[in-house]
Amino acid sequence: MRDFMNWLSQIFSVAFFNLRTIPERKGAAVTAAIGIAGVVAVLVSVLAIAEGFRRALTVSGSPDVAIVLRSGADSEMTSGFSRDETRMIADAPGIARNAQGPLASAELFVIIDLPKRSTGMSANVPLRGIEAQAFDVRGNVAMVQGRRFERGKNEIIVGVGAARAFGGLDLDREIRVGQNTWRIVGIFTAGGGVAESEIWSDAAVLQPAYNRNDNYQSVTARLHSAAAFQEFKDALTANPQLTVKVARLSDFFAEQSTFTTDFITKIGVFIAALMALGALFAALNTMYNAVAARTREIATLRALGFGSIPVVISVLAESFALALAGGAFGALAAYFVFNGYTATTMNAQTFSQVTFAFAVTPRLLVLAIVWAAVLGLIGGLFPAIRAARLSIASGLRET
Amino acid sequence: MKFFGLVWSNLKRKKLRAVLTTLSIFVAFLLFGFLCAIKAAFTAGVTLAGKDRLMVRHKISIIQSLPQSYEQRIGQIPGVDAVAGQSWFGGIYKEPKNFFASIPVEPEKFLAMFPEYLVPPGEKEAWLKVRNGAIIGRTLAKRFQFKVGDHIPLTSPIWGEPAGKSHWDFEVVGIYDGQKTGTDTSGMFFRYDYFDEARPRGKGEIGWFSVRIRNADQSAEIAKKIDDEFANSPNETKAESEAAMIAGFAQQVGDIGTILMAVLSAVFFTILLVVGNAMGQAVRERTEEIGVLKAIGFTNERVLFLVLLESCVIALVGGLLGLGLAWLLALLLGGLVASILPVFYVPGRDLLLGAGFVLVLGLVAGIFPAMQAMRLRIAEALRRNA
Repeated sequence: MRDFMNWLSQIFSVAFFNLRTIPERKGAAVTAAIGIAGVVAVLVSVLAIAEGFRRALTVSGSPDVAIVLRSGADSEMTSGFSRDETRMIADAPGIARNAQGPLASAELFVIIDLPKRSTGMSANVPLRGIEAQAFDVRGNVAMVQGRRFERGKNEIIVGVGAARAFGGLDLDREIRVGQNTWRIVGIFTAGGGVAESEIWSDAAVLQPAYNRNDNYQSVTARLHSAAAFQEFKDALTANPQLTVKVARLSDFFAEQSTFTTDFITKIGVFIAALMALGALFAALNTMYNAVAARTREIATLRALGFGSIPVVISVLAESFALALAGGAFGALAAYFVFNGYTATTMNAQTFSQVTFAFAVTPRLLVLAIVWAAVLGLIGGLFPAIRAARLSIASGLRET
Repeated sequence: MKFFGLVWSNLKRKKLRAVLTTLSIFVAFLLFGFLCAIKAAFTAGVTLAGKDRLMVRHKISIIQSLPQSYEQRIGQIPGVDAVAGQSWFGGIYKEPKNFFASIPVEPEKFLAMFPEYLVPPGEKEAWLKVRNGAIIGRTLAKRFQFKVGDHIPLTSPIWGEPAGKSHWDFEVVGIYDGQKTGTDTSGMFFRYDYFDEARPRGKGEIGWFSVRIRNADQSAEIAKKIDDEFANSPNETKAESEAAMIAGFAQQVGDIGTILMAVLSAVFFTILLVVGNAMGQAVRERTEEIGVLKAIGFTNERVLFLVLLESCVIALVGGLLGLGLAWLLALLLGGLVASILPVFYVPGRDLLLGAGFVLVLGLVAGIFPAMQAMRLRIAEALRRNA
């Protein structure tokens, strides 16, 4: 036991001694730390893009809201229903009701060209025609400016994301789409979800404007509870007059985000992995140099009777400390620069623009620290082994 | 060049450090190469777009179709040489994740409009004979091992399937190649007459028109004439040059250029520090030697040159190997990523740019240690470690 305590105190004193000498090797130490900071910052920012996009799509749906599409449709764009079909769907069991009837909204989904504010180039902006119940179906829509549109009028309301990203979408202005002029009467939020990238109008007004006669593309409905989903789904799929695909809104959006998030994540991890390799070489270089510069010191310690394990650990501790400092710096830099940064991109499934905010989540910060720690340990390990293997006699003679 | 031996033995004195420094430069330029390939994937369409071609689509958005009759009306506008319609079929091969572009066209008009798609004459002949015939790109053929004579079943959520059938059946009658490296060969083209007859929805509708104009300088003018022709009709158009249309589309995905620039700057800054630091160390260790060199008559400029040469050699070895490997891997991996990035290669222009960066990196990383070495006073240098 005493031996063990002695051993432990050796480790602490050598490691502490080592860490205290870092300032003498400022240049090399800072280089290694910055190398790792760079890797971590790039990794975190790229993954924050994917995370933000995923979040924008997944916070959109609560589990007790369902969406119904035509069977075989992969998005609202390729789906279609007649009015009779949407009525049949709205009458299905499991749907919650209020004084106005079932909480279901038959909707149209089209895209229109509007210029991006940032570049002036035209982009595909989603325009959704909704029914009156849509607000209660979603439950998280709040007007931040103006009011809701009036039924039967050429009025639209605009999500905050769309209003920020696309030119001309300001309160009380008018936009012309094809033969129609729409007045913007309100700006709304939707809990950070994808609806904030959309423009909403009265479905009944949008239909003739797009030659859709009496057709819709999807039905969104609020259920009694999340558990009522199975009952609702079974009733619709069993109905011989309908060929539909039913999904919880949350699952539907999660599926829609897969392609884009996978793409960004893969590229991000690939870039970060290559950068990590580069930084690893830098860290190895720094630590080898640190060991080389301290050859005489280490030999002296060994000659005084310090074991080789404390020496190994002291070198590891140094590289670990540098890596953690670099990693923390990189992660924080990414957080302060990018968290909440808003951007738009195309949702591969609907061809339309989604505005979202980069999200540097705690999970990403932890991941960053883990990468940094691993880099630090590997970068320190081989130089540490070299330090432990130094011959005392020749080490003492070294200039 | 006579000092090359000296530089070489200086590099060899700390082999491990030289190797590690070279490797970090190598990795940086490997990454540079890949990022250029990704950027090329997003912008290839723009650089290869036909300068004498316009694209005409529905003004409201690309998802709205135009009437077939527009083809003839556009053709009558002065300055227009040819018109070819295309549509988005959105075919699904077994599963959505197998996505590839599938587009109905009129074969002769289409091939005349896009000479960059090379189809062997015999296969073109076959396409004109086989009603459900399709030509597929080389990349697509490789991706699913399709060959001439194969049948490809597709479903189309947009247009539905032919009456009484569960899917559309296409026979591969030809495989087309691209005229240039960046030409997209990841898609499939099939006959419009077969498509229009069998589709249950939207008969007589065309997605967009490609228009060849006589004089590329007049593209803006003719685009305006086309839009005026259909102004105030239920289907107004938006005509623009092919390059503008493709650039706009790529831009909607995100500003790829800015993102890549940010990543590359981070990488280069990091690597510059690492290499600069290693070089600085190498020079500090040799203070005494440099003093000796100067004592035997090396001029300040020559010492500066020697140190710079050393850092440039490291940068060139690492950097050129990295660029070379990126180029090679892009060539070999191109087929694997075809589902996401139909075009994947490192353009020659970027390789040259990369080589330029390699040299700049070598010079900038070496300049401070080199100046330091140049300014050393002989007496001090020789005394330093005594």
